[in-house]
Amino acid sequence: MNFEYKVEGGDFSNAGSTSSAVKRIMKQIGVDPSIVKRTVVALYEAEVNIVAHAYRGVISVDLDEDKIRIVLDDEGPGIPDIAQAMVKGYSTASPEVREMGFGAGMGLPNMQSNMDELKVDSVVGKGTRVEMVNYFSHPEQTQA
Amino acid sequence: MEETFHHALKFKTDLCIGCSHCTGVCPTGAIHVEGGHPVLEPNRCIDCGHCYQACPVNAIYIEQDDFQTIYNYACPVILLPSTFSAQFPEKISQRAILSAIYHLGFKYIYEVEKSVDVLHEVICERIKDRDVEHPVISTFCPAVVRLIQVKFPSLIPNLLLVRPPMDITSLYIRKNLTDRGVPPEDIGIFYVAPCAAKIAAIKSPVGETKAQTDGVINMNYLYNKVFRVIKQGEYQLRDDEFDFHPISRRSLLWTMTGGEINDLPQGRNLAIDDIDNVSEFLEKVENGDVEGVDYLELRACDESCAGGILCGSNRFLVAERQKKRAAQKSVKVSPKENRLLTYKEYLKDNISVGKVEPRSMDKLDEDIGVAMRKMKKSFELNSNLPQVDCRICGYQSCKALSDAVVNGQADIRQCIFVQRIMELTDKMSTAESIRLQRNIWGDQKLDKDSLKGMAINEL
Repeated sequence: MNFEYKVEGGDFSNAGSTSSAVKRIMKQIGVDPSIVKRTVVALYEAEVNIVAHAYRGVISVDLDEDKIRIVLDDEGPGIPDIAQAMVKGYSTASPEVREMGFGAGMGLPNMQSNMDELKVDSVVGKGTRVEMVNYFSHPEQTQA
Repeated sequence: MEETFHHALKFKTDLCIGCSHCTGVCPTGAIHVEGGHPVLEPNRCIDCGHCYQACPVNAIYIEQDDFQTIYNYACPVILLPSTFSAQFPEKISQRAILSAIYHLGFKYIYEVEKSVDVLHEVICERIKDRDVEHPVISTFCPAVVRLIQVKFPSLIPNLLLVRPPMDITSLYIRKNLTDRGVPPEDIGIFYVAPCAAKIAAIKSPVGETKAQTDGVINMNYLYNKVFRVIKQGEYQLRDDEFDFHPISRRSLLWTMTGGEINDLPQGRNLAIDDIDNVSEFLEKVENGDVEGVDYLELRACDESCAGGILCGSNRFLVAERQKKRAAQKSVKVSPKENRLLTYKEYLKDNISVGKVEPRSMDKLDEDIGVAMRKMKKSFELNSNLPQVDCRICGYQSCKALSDAVVNGQADIRQCIFVQRIMELTDKMSTAESIRLQRNIWGDQKLDKDSLKGMAINEL
């Protein structure tokens, strides 16, 4: 089953609506609550990333009996060094932004710890594609 | 078959006029109409009592134990929420209210919130413990616990697994009276309930740990009984308040909105009342969108327990009187006077309850593949429905009807819009359409003469 959601860059007041919709669907098909939570936490983070950094994006959700695959495609500035962005604590945010409690450099690492698979591709000046998968079969897997 | 929740709310079909107001207000979509009357889905109902308040003809009642059973015990004890006296007009004194309760036959009166000082200490400890999932969610309101079980199962690890004040105080009473030489079998503890959820929680407690009370009395029932005794002046004003020791200010405010968090040392603690507000906020917590919050006090009723459905008085006035009482100089700020604290260690040893199980109501099937096919079908059906949520099909919303259809519980032709379209295209006869309506609403609503008799006696 496939669902698609559009995300507008800069629309902070609506950030999270895709996460909520996906959460409702996962609950309806009876995915284990702990997996729902991990997936939604990662998706929320990714969704807010689009809102915060990109101009617009599309979130595509593929549901199978054994897994959920989410692809987030955005048009935006892109990430110059993905490997660095995956490092805990690395952030491009200015000290002012950090002082407000944002830009702690935990975005991608947090997504990674909540998903079984995470792949990030980016072209500077064009946009970013985040692909993430969670499997439904092992609810005992603990959060990193 | 999975065991279902015990419910305190019951429908009287003989009084019910089949208006479906209950269906409309239910926060978990637990009620639909069939054969002219509401049908309750027991695994969805959280005993919040919204339906009870919405019913225009009082066809929903709340079970309670027979008052006479208090006389089966040589030592009947009443466990009274501190808001009870706030139900009365201010000119009726606390002393008169208590005297009237003694007059009814109770040997001892205790206020439920007497144990709050112990509970408060435990909450502070759990908040500090970083191994516990944060935000820690209060289990004080049993309707909220059930809401989390059915709608937000992923937040179950956040629940604070401790007994409610009524249980902790009961443990104290039983132990204290036994220590004073009262035979255990003589002690009967009767809890006065401000709402249906508390009653349901006694019959099937949070964490499935045995409740400590022997019976339940509905607060409005006792209110009427006590008021009558006072009005008729048939009681003796008593001076001794023997076991009625004043409780601390914190305890008096506990069941009001903000009562749990007023006194918490530091950090971020939120108090939210009203079930829809609670749902909205939990949705955010579940998304991981709420960071750095330590404790959540969540209550199903507006104005918390002052708004309990068994409170006869206006909730704003009750809250006002309660706060006034708490502000009196005679109320001790310090809980040191509380004799219950001599049993603190014993109570803390017995304060924890067992695991709370998820009871997800949302899933369409136990088998994930089947659930997915059903959901796909439900999406398709729903996209063809008018989204008016008129309830004429008997269900709360177009989506609820779609889900019921894919689960084989309803017929998509129950939708009045679908019927009209089918009639227009000669796919359904008027007779068939009426037959479907009768299945949902019973015969009365489709009979010109009986419909008149159903008018409610107010405009």
